[in-house]
Amino acid sequence: MFRSHVLVCGGTGCTSSGSAKIIEKLQSEIDSNGLHDEVQVVKTGCFGLCALGPIMIIYPEGSFYSMVKEEDIPEIVSEHLLKGRIVTRLLYQETVSENGVKSLNETNFYKKQHRVALRNCGVINPENIDEYIGTDGYQALGKVLTEMTPDQVIQTILDSGLRGRGGGGFPTGMKWKLARTIVPDADQKYVCCNADEGDPGAFMDRSVLEGDPHVVLEAMAIAGYAIGANQGYIYVRAEYPIAVKRLEIAINQAREYGLLGKNIFDSGFDFDIDLRLGAGAFVCGEETALMTSIEGNRGEPRPRPPFPAEKGLYGKPTILNNVETYANIPRIILQGADWFASMGTEKSKGTKVFALGGKINNTGLVEVPMGTTLREVVEEIGGGIPGGKKFKAAQTGGPSGGCIPAEHFDVEIDYDNLIAIGSMMGSGGLIVMDEDNCMVDIAKFFLEFTVDESCGKCTPCRVGTKRLLEILDKITKGQGTMEDIDKMEELCYYIKANSLCGLGQTAPNPVLSTLKFFRDEYIAHVVDKKCPAGVCKDLLSFEIDAEKCKGCTACARVCPGNAIEGTVKNPHVINKDKCLKCGACIEKCKFGAIYKK
Amino acid sequence: MGSTISAIPFAGTAEQEKKLRDVIAKHKDEKGCLMPILQQAQEIYGYLPIEVQKIIAAETGYPLEKIYGVVTFYAQFSLNPKGKYKISVCLGTACYVKGSGDIYNRLIEKLGIEGGGCTPDGKFSLEACRCIGACGLAPVLTVNEDVYGRLVPDDVDDILAKYN
Repeated sequence: MFRSHVLVCGGTGCTSSGSAKIIEKLQSEIDSNGLHDEVQVVKTGCFGLCALGPIMIIYPEGSFYSMVKEEDIPEIVSEHLLKGRIVTRLLYQETVSENGVKSLNETNFYKKQHRVALRNCGVINPENIDEYIGTDGYQALGKVLTEMTPDQVIQTILDSGLRGRGGGGFPTGMKWKLARTIVPDADQKYVCCNADEGDPGAFMDRSVLEGDPHVVLEAMAIAGYAIGANQGYIYVRAEYPIAVKRLEIAINQAREYGLLGKNIFDSGFDFDIDLRLGAGAFVCGEETALMTSIEGNRGEPRPRPPFPAEKGLYGKPTILNNVETYANIPRIILQGADWFASMGTEKSKGTKVFALGGKINNTGLVEVPMGTTLREVVEEIGGGIPGGKKFKAAQTGGPSGGCIPAEHFDVEIDYDNLIAIGSMMGSGGLIVMDEDNCMVDIAKFFLEFTVDESCGKCTPCRVGTKRLLEILDKITKGQGTMEDIDKMEELCYYIKANSLCGLGQTAPNPVLSTLKFFRDEYIAHVVDKKCPAGVCKDLLSFEIDAEKCKGCTACARVCPGNAIEGTVKNPHVINKDKCLKCGACIEKCKFGAIYKK
Repeated sequence: MGSTISAIPFAGTAEQEKKLRDVIAKHKDEKGCLMPILQQAQEIYGYLPIEVQKIIAAETGYPLEKIYGVVTFYAQFSLNPKGKYKISVCLGTACYVKGSGDIYNRLIEKLGIEGGGCTPDGKFSLEACRCIGACGLAPVLTVNEDVYGRLVPDDVDDILAKYN
C-alpha cells in the first residue's frame, strides 16, 4: 500500500509541455528521499485543463499543481510528500481560497462538468488493465455475456437515447439493430471504431484513447455480441502516436486476460480487435471512406445506400461508431438506460465532450450534460476570453460546421438546436473567436482545408469547393463584388445538394453560417474594401502614430522590407509601397505606436 | 501531398531492402495489407520513392498504378525525402485563430522554401499539419519530436538556431 499517489498527466497536451521530464525528476527525487515504498507515481490520461499543463495531482489530499516545472519538483517532494505541507504557491490558484485549499470539483472549470465518457481519464493508469478493472472495467461485458441476450443489449442502447458522438447524431441502438437484422444469414460481420479524429482543433477522442483505452475495447466487444460479429477494427490516426501505443498495450493485455479472443467469460463468444492506422486523409472520417481505406485502397467514399449495416467492410454488415460513443456504452449497460436518459435534453441524451480551444482562457477538454448553454461553457467553464476581448463567435463542427454568434450565446447545446441555427454538433471541437478574428478569413481557412482534403471523386465537391475558395480569396483581397456574394451563396447550395458524401455536403457550412450572421463583414470587404477585424492583409495599411513614436528605431531594424524610415529620437514613417504587412514592427514596438487600419 | 517523382537519386541500401521484403512477407496474405506495408516502408526509407513502390508491386502482386494511387492519396505518404529536421506548423483551427499562419509564413521566408519542400542542404523540411492536439499550447510547431508552443513569429529565429 502506498501512502500517497502522485498522478501526472501523460496526455498529448501535457507531454508537449514536458510532463515526461517531470515524471523522471519526480521519480528520482522520491527515490533519493527514500519514499519509493510510500509514494507511487502514476502516469494518467488527460485531466482536461490542458492550458495549465503539465498537471499533477497528489492524493489523498487532492492537491492540484499546475504548470509544474522541473525545478519545482524537489520542493514538492520534500515539503508535500515528505513533510505533509502543501506547497500552496504552486497550486492551481483557483483551488486556493482564504479558508484553505478547495476541492477541484468546486472550481469553475470542473463544477459544471459531468464526466461519463471521460470518467477514467486522469484517474487511472491507462497502461495497466488492473486499474481499469478496479473501476468496474469489463463488468459490463461480463453482464452482457452472462445475463443478457443480444436483443436486450440493443434495446437498452435504444432506450438510453444515445446518439452518435462523431457528429451525425444517428441513434446508436438503431444502427446496431439494423446491423443485427438486415442480413439475417451473414457469415461475417464487423464492428469498427472511428478514431480518425480529423477536425482540426478537436481532440476528445484522442484523450479517451490515451486516458482510457480499455473502455473502447470493452464497448466494441459488447457491440460485437449485440450484432453477431467476432472481429473489430479500430481505425486510428497515425498522428496520435501515444494513443496508438496505449491501444496496442491495451489490446495485448485484454487478450492475455482472456477478455478478447476465444470464448470470452466462458460464454462461447469470440471477439478480437485489430488496429488500422490512418495516413492523413480527412475524408477517411466518413464511414464508407474509412472502410475503403481499411481495405487498403484510396480512401474514397462509396454511394449510400447500401448502408454499412447491410454492406460495409469487405461487403459485410458492419457498424461504425465513434470513440466517444463507445466510451458511453459500458456505463449505460451497468447503470441502465434510464440513468443515461435522465441526463440531457428531450432528444439529445447524456453528456458531450468538447475540446475548447482558440481565444479562451481554459483551453482543454470538458464534458457537460447536453443542454448546457454555450455561455456556461465559454464564460464559466472556459473562464472567458483572454485580454478582456469581446466574444464574437464560437465555431463548432469543424470544417463541416458553422459559427454561433454572440446573439445565440444562450443556446442550449444539443444536436437539434445547433442544426437549427446553421451549425452542427460535430465531433466536439469548439473554437472561440474574439473581435480580432475576421469571419471571412475563417470561412476561407475552412475552405482551404476542404479543398485540400476533398478526395476528388465527385465533381460538386472537387470543383465546387475550389470555385468557392477562389471567390473568398477575391473578397479577402478586396476585389470581390456584391454579385460574387450572391454567386457564392448559390454555389454553396449546389455543392450541398449534389456531393456524394458528408465532406462535400457540409463543406459550404462555414461560408453559409458566416454569411448568415456576419454578412456585414463580407460587405465591408466588398464595398468599403476594409477588413474590420484587421486580418486580411491586402486591405490593411500600417501606420505609425507620430505622437506615441519615440524614435527608438526598433521597428526599422526589424522590418524585413526596409520600409520604415526615420532618424533616431524622431517619429518614424512607414513607406507603404515597400511595406510587406508582416506585422513584425507591431510586435517589436514597446510604445504601442504602430497600428493597423 | 507530393505528386512528383523525386529529383533526388534513390539511395536505398541492401539492408533496407531486406527489411522491406521481410515486412511484405509478413503482411502480404492479410486482408487490406497495402496500408500497413506502405506505412512500414516509409518508416524504413523515410519516404516512398518509385523504386520502393516497384518492389512492393512485384512482391504483393498489386499493380504499380494502384500503389501509386494510394501513396498519392494520403498526406502522410511522401514521394520526396524529408529534411534531417522536419518542421511541422500546426494549422489546425485552434492554432490558426491564434496566429499560426504568421509563423508558417515566417518560416517560408526564413528557410526560402515552400510548404512541403526541403532546403537544398537536406537540413530542414517544412510542412503544415492539422492539429497535433496540443491546443492548450497554441500556436504550436514541432521539429521532429520536439514541441514548441505559445509562439510568436519572432521565436522562429531562436528555434532554427538550435538546429543550425
